[in-house]
Amino acid sequence: MAEEIKLMKGNEAIAHAAIRYGADGYFGYPITPQSEIMETLMDESPWETTGMIVLQAESEIAAANMVYGGAACGKRVMTSSSSPGMSLKQEAISYMVGAELPALLVNVMRGGPGLGTIQPSQADYFQTVKGGGHGDYKLITLAPSSVQEMADHVSLGFDLAFKYNNPVVILSDGVIGQMMEKVVLPDFTPRKTEEEIRKEQPWATLGRLKGRKPNIITSLELDSEKMENNNLRFQAKFRKIEAAEVRYEEFSCQDAEYLIVAFGSAARISQKAVELARAKGIKVGLLRPITLWPFPSEVLMSYLGKIKGILTVELNAGQMIEDVRLSVECKIPVAHFGRLGGIVPAPDEVLDALTKMIDKEDKQCISKSKQ
Amino acid sequence: MKYETIIAGFGGQGVLSMGKILAYSGLMENKEVSWFPSYGPEQRGGTANVTVIISDDGISSPILNTYDIAIILNQPSLLKFEAMVKPGGILIYDDYGISKPPTRTDIDIYHIDAMNVAVADGNEKAFNMIVLGGMLKICPMVSLESVMLGLKKSLPERHHKLLPMNEKAIMKGMQIIKKA
Repeated sequence: MAEEIKLMKGNEAIAHAAIRYGADGYFGYPITPQSEIMETLMDESPWETTGMIVLQAESEIAAANMVYGGAACGKRVMTSSSSPGMSLKQEAISYMVGAELPALLVNVMRGGPGLGTIQPSQADYFQTVKGGGHGDYKLITLAPSSVQEMADHVSLGFDLAFKYNNPVVILSDGVIGQMMEKVVLPDFTPRKTEEEIRKEQPWATLGRLKGRKPNIITSLELDSEKMENNNLRFQAKFRKIEAAEVRYEEFSCQDAEYLIVAFGSAARISQKAVELARAKGIKVGLLRPITLWPFPSEVLMSYLGKIKGILTVELNAGQMIEDVRLSVECKIPVAHFGRLGGIVPAPDEVLDALTKMIDKEDKQCISKSKQ
Repeated sequence: MKYETIIAGFGGQGVLSMGKILAYSGLMENKEVSWFPSYGPEQRGGTANVTVIISDDGISSPILNTYDIAIILNQPSLLKFEAMVKPGGILIYDDYGISKPPTRTDIDIYHIDAMNVAVADGNEKAFNMIVLGGMLKICPMVSLESVMLGLKKSLPERHHKLLPMNEKAIMKGMQIIKKA
């Protein structure tokens, strides 16, 4: 039977997708603009059907540590929050990386810093991609730009988390969380049985069976030589992820002279700007990183010699632009356009920024040729 | 075809739900749809708006600053959105909420006495459906049949007994909308 097409918010899609994936537990604390995730889960009451636990913790910190505990048992567990709440979860996230545990974390970003606004923002790029907690670590970061991807990234996120025993973040924002679009939800898959978890996650602390050594989950290692080895193991894993898990989408890039790089809601707005620019005869394309870490650096590098300039469009003061510049080794000009604090730009504003960048590039070319 | 619509008014007027019904109606016709609300700290009495796009093809940006159709239900929203209607586009406003009517001459302007009619009929809650009916008369972006199916989809089952009343309100809106 063909799956029914539904109309729902991005936040709702995440909740439904988690139940259908066979997640074991959700632990959270309400915060706008992502509260519909827990609200939908509570409405659906999956504890009565699949057995999935949904729990409103006393705080974000408690919720994140419940995820740490659930993950240590080899369970498919997740939490979600918005920017200020994600800051509170950073300690547990660092611990989970240190203990090599799989978990799914969802951040539906709002304007910061501090308690900020409740409107959309992408200002937690650095926090997520560069590591918001302490220690040398990386989080696989997925950036959905549609309600469909909000649903799809739940399965993808859990799969990647369990493939690499590392937390995965879905880095979304208020636009994608709050908007309604068509979505086809994934099929129901049953939750893993205890036997399956014991087999697939032999490290899980599900109770010691006779003849087996105790499993210990910890990020603590007081012997610094052993700790260095742990770190080297993590780094080797991160290099493996960088080689295998880059995801991106290109739009109108084939004959492009200029490139916009944008993710999430900014990519949607930029796609419209590309359509408007193309209608004016400007040859511009859109590169949308789907994974923010690992970042599609090699793809950007492949544009060297083909394009004259790059504009990054972000709902922040310029964060991803650093990774774009590193990717192209500053060999082509990279400019940034963004709105801050919860303001979402319209496609026209992006088009204006693009036109200004192109004018500037042309003038520089003229002055260089005069020299 | 692509219809880019903004519906704007006070919180509590049914702005978001009108948009939702419109989006569901598009879904019933297998169109691409997007619904993006102004989800700020709005509340009853504050301003609220929603962008609804119904399209035969994929939708890039759910956020726009020019619209084919603007449905304006209060004065602050007229101030904000009148200039954002595309030349040749449509602006529909409710007589009750607007004391200073729109002045643009390069767009088609219609008005509908929806609030007064809803109050006279003793059914203020049907206000947004009257407005929706008016809009469908001027710009039938979805069929009445799809709207009724969409309404059924977006209403919880316990409210399905209200469907005939809503259909009546839509028909009423189709009758009373006037060119300004």
